[in-house]
Amino acid sequence: MTATAEAPVTPPPIRDERMGRKSGLARLLARPEAGAVAGAIVIYVFFFIVAPPFRNASSFSSVLYVTSTYGLMVTPIALLMIGGEFDLSAGVAVTSSALCASLFSYEFTTNAWVGVLVALALSLLIGFLNGWIVVKTGIPSFLVTLGTFFVLQGLNIALTQTITNQVASPDISTLQGFSSARVVFSGSFTIGGVNIRTSVIYWLVFVAIATWILLRTRIGNWIFSAGGSPVSARAVGVPVGRVKIGLFMAVGLMAWFTGMHTLFLFNTIQTSQGVGNEFVYIIAAVVGGCLLTGGYGSAVGAAIGALIFGMVNQGIVYAGWNPDWFQTFVGLLLLGAILLNTFIRRRAEAAA
Amino acid sequence: MTTPQNTPVGKHAAPGARQTSQEGPQAGNGQGGVPLVRLVNAGKRYGAVIALSDITLEVGAGEVTCVLGDNGAGKSTLIKIIAGLHQPSTGTYEVEGTPVAFNSPREALEHGIATVYQDLAVVPLMPVWRNFFLGNEVRKGLGMNIPFMKKTCREELLAMGIDLRDVDQAIGTLSGGERQCVAISRAVHFGAKVLILDEPTAALGVKQSGVVLKYIIQARERGLGVIFITHNPHHAYPVGDRFLLLNRGKSLGYFEKSQITRDELTGLMAGGAELEQLSHELESEGGAAADIGHAMEADVEELGIAHQADAGSDASATTRQEGSSHP
Repeated sequence: MTATAEAPVTPPPIRDERMGRKSGLARLLARPEAGAVAGAIVIYVFFFIVAPPFRNASSFSSVLYVTSTYGLMVTPIALLMIGGEFDLSAGVAVTSSALCASLFSYEFTTNAWVGVLVALALSLLIGFLNGWIVVKTGIPSFLVTLGTFFVLQGLNIALTQTITNQVASPDISTLQGFSSARVVFSGSFTIGGVNIRTSVIYWLVFVAIATWILLRTRIGNWIFSAGGSPVSARAVGVPVGRVKIGLFMAVGLMAWFTGMHTLFLFNTIQTSQGVGNEFVYIIAAVVGGCLLTGGYGSAVGAAIGALIFGMVNQGIVYAGWNPDWFQTFVGLLLLGAILLNTFIRRRAEAAA
Repeated sequence: MTTPQNTPVGKHAAPGARQTSQEGPQAGNGQGGVPLVRLVNAGKRYGAVIALSDITLEVGAGEVTCVLGDNGAGKSTLIKIIAGLHQPSTGTYEVEGTPVAFNSPREALEHGIATVYQDLAVVPLMPVWRNFFLGNEVRKGLGMNIPFMKKTCREELLAMGIDLRDVDQAIGTLSGGERQCVAISRAVHFGAKVLILDEPTAALGVKQSGVVLKYIIQARERGLGVIFITHNPHHAYPVGDRFLLLNRGKSLGYFEKSQITRDELTGLMAGGAELEQLSHELESEGGAAADIGHAMEADVEELGIAHQADAGSDASATTRQEGSSHP
């Protein structure tokens, strides 16, 4: 073993006797997405059996649509959680962005796109401030963004009330640029008689981009290290603070995108919208295999977590159950998924 | 930065043979007598507290200088000075003969001085190859050149004699010794000329410590200077060429290997002078304490460390180096 330094650069492919051969299945189960995939299959089969309308292609299209409205936010939240931080303000930040775009372009009678750009600046600023405060003060992001959550929620309601005397933003469908913005943010197309919203496509594209960033780029390495061991990461020169601020801004960016989608789909935004969604995002990411403590997870897993949520959300409707039970049902299913996830990961780790 | 800067050098005597053949202080010095790192009469004060005073130490290419001391002896302060976290308040710090004043560990790193800390600076959940290249990723277009990085990581570890099962496994699944070795080979790969190892064997079992010691010898064989900080003379003696003993911020002695035996080193580390002093104190207490004191004094004399320890704390480090106290 001591002479290996002089050996030619091609190491001999010796199998180490310490390593038992891992079966393909064990390898598959060791991936962060494994539990979420298993959970998604169980829930799909469940609703396939109990809710006959669930079996139609068009129903599945609407499952995918609901999934995408959550999934657009779950993706950056998953990255943020892998980077070791939380964002509890993400749910209301979506509404803030939509209200900002809507009120700005309506009150100043500008082109709808002007409002869209102002909202983008606001969303990125919110993300930056969240990240900056967390990085500069070292206060847990759970507390910082809890504060931001209340600030934004108050602003959403109070400012809209002050400006419009309403609990919703005015209808902006008559504004110039509205129809083009609707095509961009809230379009749809038909394949084989099934109507599919473009947000589904956007969602899948963003998941693919996030996965590529995480696994194939330097930034991805830095995100994992920032969440896994920030001290160690800093010691080898990773700009941990900048990475975290960037992740909060990515959440801001997607909050803006989701907000624009909602705004241009419905022409108007309710001020109280979005509260509670921040938990959905976090739960979906955790179901998808992201560790609460950071440093581990996957964007694909989080996307499947969002799909589980979308399936339950629509499945209950298709099964004809009283929607009052929805949240309880969701809670139980998610608990089940998490338990399954943990169980499978333990099994896989034991097998490995 | 992307290519290994330290190709294995062609002197692969068996580790054991090398230790016995080590005669003079410059035997392994490839720099023509100019040490890679040299501290002369360096000291550090934090306000009124004198953390370190009058420390002289050097390490050349292909040499191992051990810094021994108990907790609070000033080892951490010494590391921080060499690693660039602090500047010495007094004395000089030279790298390859040029006086330097580092403002950050980055600057020290640029001069080829890399520190592997006790807590290793690895991210446990990340794969070995990602840890290896963390902060120094090899880019290709917008992404990373992953096949190259995996291959390089495997080869570099193999060059250090670490035959890893799978570079894709999380580094947290490796043993403590293996993790130390990955951290060491990473520093070597990214151009380190001098390795500062902060208590690399402290948290390890006997066998794992042996593994790490083997890699210290490997690093020395590859022409690196190693500063090995430890409180264990049994780990230091087999691999070290020079030994600096610290106690309460002062040098207890600075020895070439030829000037000191393992037992003497152990005795000094156990605090011969302090034991003697303690035995006197106990004796003056009278009664049972005095008996223990007498027994202790006898032990100290038997080990033959009392006189040396006194001389060590009186004489300056530089005079010790002249070899006046050769047994």
